[in-house]
Amino acid sequence: MAQSVVVQGKGPWRPELLPAAPSPCLTCVSPSPLQWASAGTRWAAGSGTWRCGSTPPSTRSGGDGPDIYKGKICSLKARALLIDMEEGVVNEILQGPLRDVFDSKQLITDVSGSGNNWAVGHKLYGYQYRENIVEKLRKAAEHCDCLQCFFIIHSMGGGTGSGLGTFVLNLLEDEFPEVYRFVTSVYPSGEDDVITSPYNTVLAMKELNEHADCVLPIENESLFDIVNKIHQMINSGKLGSTVKQNSLVTSSAGSAKTVQEKPFDAMNNIVANLLLNLTSSARFEGSLNMDLNEISMNLVPFPRLHYLVSSLTPLCTLADVNVPSRRLDQMFSDAFSREHQLIQADPKHSLYLACALLVRGNVQVSDLRRNIERLKPSLHFVSWNQEGWKTGLCSVPPVGHSHSLLSLANNTCVKPTFIELKDRFMKLYKKKAHLHHYLHIDGMEQSCFSEAILSLSDLIEEYNELDATKGLS
Amino acid sequence: MSIVTVQLGQCGNQIGHEVFNAICSDVHGTHVLCSKKENESYNDACKERFFCEEESEVPVARAVLVDMEPKVISQTLSMATRSGYWKYDDRSHFCQKQGSGNNWANGYSVHGPKHKEVIMNLVQKEAEKCDRLGGFFTIMSMAGGTGSGLGAYVTQCLRDAFPTSFILNHVIWPYGTGEIIVQNYNSVLTLSHLYQSSDALLVHENDVIHKICAQLMNIKQISFRDVNQVIAHQLGSVFQPTYTAEGGLHYSRNPLGDLMETLVPHPEFKMLGLRNIPQMPENSLAYSTFSWPGLIKHLRQMLIANAKMEEGIDWQVRPPRLGSSIPSSYSTNKPLQFNTSIANLVILRGKDMHSVDLGSFRDPSLYTSWLNPQDAFNAWKTPRAFNKYEKSASLVSNSQFLLKPLDNVVGKAWNMFASKPGTEALKPPPGAPVLRAALAQDT
Repeated sequence: MAQSVVVQGKGPWRPELLPAAPSPCLTCVSPSPLQWASAGTRWAAGSGTWRCGSTPPSTRSGGDGPDIYKGKICSLKARALLIDMEEGVVNEILQGPLRDVFDSKQLITDVSGSGNNWAVGHKLYGYQYRENIVEKLRKAAEHCDCLQCFFIIHSMGGGTGSGLGTFVLNLLEDEFPEVYRFVTSVYPSGEDDVITSPYNTVLAMKELNEHADCVLPIENESLFDIVNKIHQMINSGKLGSTVKQNSLVTSSAGSAKTVQEKPFDAMNNIVANLLLNLTSSARFEGSLNMDLNEISMNLVPFPRLHYLVSSLTPLCTLADVNVPSRRLDQMFSDAFSREHQLIQADPKHSLYLACALLVRGNVQVSDLRRNIERLKPSLHFVSWNQEGWKTGLCSVPPVGHSHSLLSLANNTCVKPTFIELKDRFMKLYKKKAHLHHYLHIDGMEQSCFSEAILSLSDLIEEYNELDATKGLS
Repeated sequence: MSIVTVQLGQCGNQIGHEVFNAICSDVHGTHVLCSKKENESYNDACKERFFCEEESEVPVARAVLVDMEPKVISQTLSMATRSGYWKYDDRSHFCQKQGSGNNWANGYSVHGPKHKEVIMNLVQKEAEKCDRLGGFFTIMSMAGGTGSGLGAYVTQCLRDAFPTSFILNHVIWPYGTGEIIVQNYNSVLTLSHLYQSSDALLVHENDVIHKICAQLMNIKQISFRDVNQVIAHQLGSVFQPTYTAEGGLHYSRNPLGDLMETLVPHPEFKMLGLRNIPQMPENSLAYSTFSWPGLIKHLRQMLIANAKMEEGIDWQVRPPRLGSSIPSSYSTNKPLQFNTSIANLVILRGKDMHSVDLGSFRDPSLYTSWLNPQDAFNAWKTPRAFNKYEKSASLVSNSQFLLKPLDNVVGKAWNMFASKPGTEALKPPPGAPVLRAALAQDT
């Protein structure tokens, strides 16, 4: 089956998306590739298998990964490229429990970092490391029987993830034009410590607009809220001890670590879960498979409108395994509540262009239909897609759950986020504050800025036009 | 004569598997209600039609499995083998890795031409295994990418390679609300292409079967497997052997040809609908009895009122008096309540079917005037009970049943297409002009 390659960068301030995150394709280097293929998995990682410091599959309970991976852990390698212009994070990974999963040949690092400067990341390091990156990408792609998509994971507010990350995005389009490019971007919040983050973000947005097939924006605030909510649920005493620890969407299931996790670990794991759920139907069997290329096909009506609001439920499972229908319906309702979203937005009061529901576990088509019928009336869909939902049913639930739901919505509710971003950008740009740091860099000109803000404005305008049709349908 | 089944895409493969399962379980069934000789005759005819007895101990289905991703096919193959009663030929499948992405164009223009040779080789091999080839039965959904796009392409290839063989396409009509967002595009493209190369399209609507599962089969949590099993039962009730002539001595050897002959008199009208009664959960069968007159009466009203199952039939709908025009006026756009037929085929299986009075189906007011009533209606029968139902009646009809769903799909496709500014002018007036106009002219 088709495989994915993950490209990662790290912004100095943004929570590192540790590689535990969306463990992509782990190539089974052991002999029988045919056996592997016929097990129906393109992704060696069973759900939840490869998280931060996870234990080898053979010692994990739950057995939702294919059996053939038992005892073969040392030969599994992530189809991933880790890129950072500082060494700290990557070194940590190489010393951590996942060190065998990543090959030293898959790393590109430097020492001095990008100084929170998009231009340094994109123009300077981009130019410098271009050959190196292309070569490593080609090698990774060669290992794939059938390469279907790239996942890029980065933050928008810094220098490396934002600048070099979008440079790599461009590269991917040039070198592998047929392969889908999915981007998971962590957007900075209003109170971001990095003063230049609006510049970095807007400059990166232009690249995303033009070169990404699909973007899943993430906001730290949302991740933080989810983490807090879970803490409350656990500590409230009511649910307390009945919450299954390994079912937390913030946990790395089967983790060998008993030490207190670092602050961003929990938040990062949420994103890891997002990507695992996204790819579950591609990895496991189900009665209605949903592939990655179908996501783009169904959810992106016009090329530039490819920003999807994602929402994950449940956040944790109660130990009570008998889940009556009502609880199942609650899961669907939750998916449309703001508390489960990974960005701060209000889709219910905006316009849906398309919506996808990827269900995992013992959920059948009748449950799906019942809930769509129930929830539809409270949602506003664009006139030319009144009944358009994209649905997928995967039989294998995530570790610790009997079922789960990922909803991806293409909704005009992202507009306010972009408008705010534009405002923050303009505040700085009007005064030309900090601009000289960027313009110093070879290849960087004022026009880069004006083009970027124009791109963002156009995007906002497209959303405006669609919003204007609301109420006419 | 043998039928080669081509299973296309996830839907096609999942349903195909259930169809062979249903047929096999019928063959091994215990409540056959007929003589041993009769039963043997039936089983022989069935085996020749659908299976190949090779050196292996179990019959091998005459099928080619095609999909653009591997998971479903591998599952299907292994489930069949595990049943112990039948299996697929291990070599008779083709799959790729990347899927079609719900993209009809991908299926039709990319995967089709690219893999034509390999797929047609597989079909050729299966065809050669038949002593006499009776035609092709393809199973696909309209909404996805592989079944729809690649399915349309393969049908064309079948037509080119086997110009004198019958091709029957079994098409799954998707749920009205959401399986796939671009399903209306895919559907429209599929139907228009299939119409060129296929001899007939046998349509099953997901919404309808879902209702049957909910209301008749009493299934609480309906899965696609449940839906597929109901579809398989209905298909089995049509394709299992029957006597097509009154007083016939042998089971018909040419099911597809017979089907086309009775139901598709005109190449422009080839959409066939299927109804089967009774349908109920297996554990209720022992406690239920039915009378043929009752079944026939219900079936006829289901036809007239375009009802899809035996509950909730509108008994108010009546055929128009002969000589007057069709009641609900086309010009005032009132919904056509009465479902006019071009041709109908009733298939009766089980106890005492000889004595059944089918006169009500020969009523000319049910039909257009294009055919003589005696040509517009046919009946096939067998005393051999099907799938544990003491009495089972199926109706395959060429009628207006698909008008509303078709209007819906086409309307939504246009709606989405016209979302681009500047294309609003391209929107046509509502309605599916051809079918409605043609039938309305008939008085």
